[in-house]
Amino acid sequence: MTTDNDKASTRSRLWFLIPLAAFFALAAVLAVGLNRDPREVPSPLIDKPAPKFALSRLDDAKRVVRLDDLRGKAFILNVWASWCVACREEHPVLLDWAKKRAVPVYGLNYKDTRADADAWLARFGNPYDASFFDEDGRVGIDFGVYGVPETFVVDGSGVIRMKHIGPLTPDVLANKIEPLLKKLDA
Amino acid sequence: MERCAKAFARGVVAAVVLAASALAVARDAPPEAADPAIEARMVRITSELRCLVCQNQTIADSNAGLAVDLRKETREMLKQGKSDAEIVDYMTARYGDFVLYRPPLRTKTVPLWFGPALLLLIGGTVLVLTLRRRSRMAADAFDPDVDDDEIESLDDAAATAARSATAPGRG
Repeated sequence: MTTDNDKASTRSRLWFLIPLAAFFALAAVLAVGLNRDPREVPSPLIDKPAPKFALSRLDDAKRVVRLDDLRGKAFILNVWASWCVACREEHPVLLDWAKKRAVPVYGLNYKDTRADADAWLARFGNPYDASFFDEDGRVGIDFGVYGVPETFVVDGSGVIRMKHIGPLTPDVLANKIEPLLKKLDA
Repeated sequence: MERCAKAFARGVVAAVVLAASALAVARDAPPEAADPAIEARMVRITSELRCLVCQNQTIADSNAGLAVDLRKETREMLKQGKSDAEIVDYMTARYGDFVLYRPPLRTKTVPLWFGPALLLLIGGTVLVLTLRRRSRMAADAFDPDVDDDEIESLDDAAATAARSATAPGRG
C-alpha cells in the first residue's frame, strides 16, 4: 500500500519535470536565437556564379572591366564607399592584408562619386588592385549588397564562395578567408 | 511696443521655418507617381518585402537608400511588364527568403508555419486530459484551499458563533 503510494508520488513528481524540461528547451532555443546577429542575412548567392557586370574603373572612366576579365584566379571583392564609416574601420586591416598579395583584391565602389572616392583612397591608402565604379548601386543590388562594407570571395571559375557582412577583421581573414583561399588553390 | 514687434517678428520667422520644413518633408514623397496603377502595384509588392537596412520596415515604408533604389527597380520592372512573381523572384535571388514577410512553405519552414499550432494543440490536450482526470477524482483527493492554522481558527470562530447564538436566547 505504502509502496504503491510512493510509486504514484514519484510518477507525479516526474510529470512535474516535463514542463520544466520543456521550459528549458524553449529557453535554450530562444537564447540561441537572441545571440544570433540579425544583420547577418545568409546570402542566396553563395556557391552561385557571381552576377555579371561591366563597370568602369574608378581610376580610369574609359576602361570598362567585366566579370569575365577577372576569371581564372580566385579574388576578393570588397564593397566600399567613401561615405561608409565602418569602411574606415576596416581599411587598415585590408591594407595590411593586401600587402601579402595572396590573391587580387578588387573594390566595388558603391554609390559614391569619383572625386570623393579618389580623395578617400588618397587619404587612407589604396589596398585594391582596382576599384570598379558602381555609381547607381545596380551591381551592388545584383550582389545582394545591403550594408557596406561587404566582402565576397570569388573562385577562379567566377563562383561566389563566401560573403562577409560588415568590416573585415584580422580574425575573419585568418580563420575564414585564408583557409578558404587555400582550399580553392588546392 | 518694440518688444511686441520683436516677438511678432520671431513668430513670423518660426512660421516660415516650420512651413519650409513641412515642404521639405512633403518633397520626400516619391514624385515618380506618373502612372498611378504602376505606383499602386509597386507599393503593394514592396509592402510584402523586408528592407534589409531597417529590418523592421518594409521596402515600401523605408527611406533607406537601398529601399529607395529597390522601389525604383520595382517600378522599372513593372513598366517592362514583369509579373509580381518575377519581381519577388528578383528580390529573393539577391537577398534570399529573408526579404519575404510571408516566408514560403518549405521543409525548413514547416516548424515556423505549424509549430505554434502544434504547441497549442499539445497544451490544449494536456489541459483537457488533466481536467477530466481531476473531475473523476473524489473530493478528499484534493487539498483544501486553506492551511491547517486557518482551519483551526475558522473552527473556533464557528464554535463561538454557535455558542453566542444559542446561549442568550434560552437564558
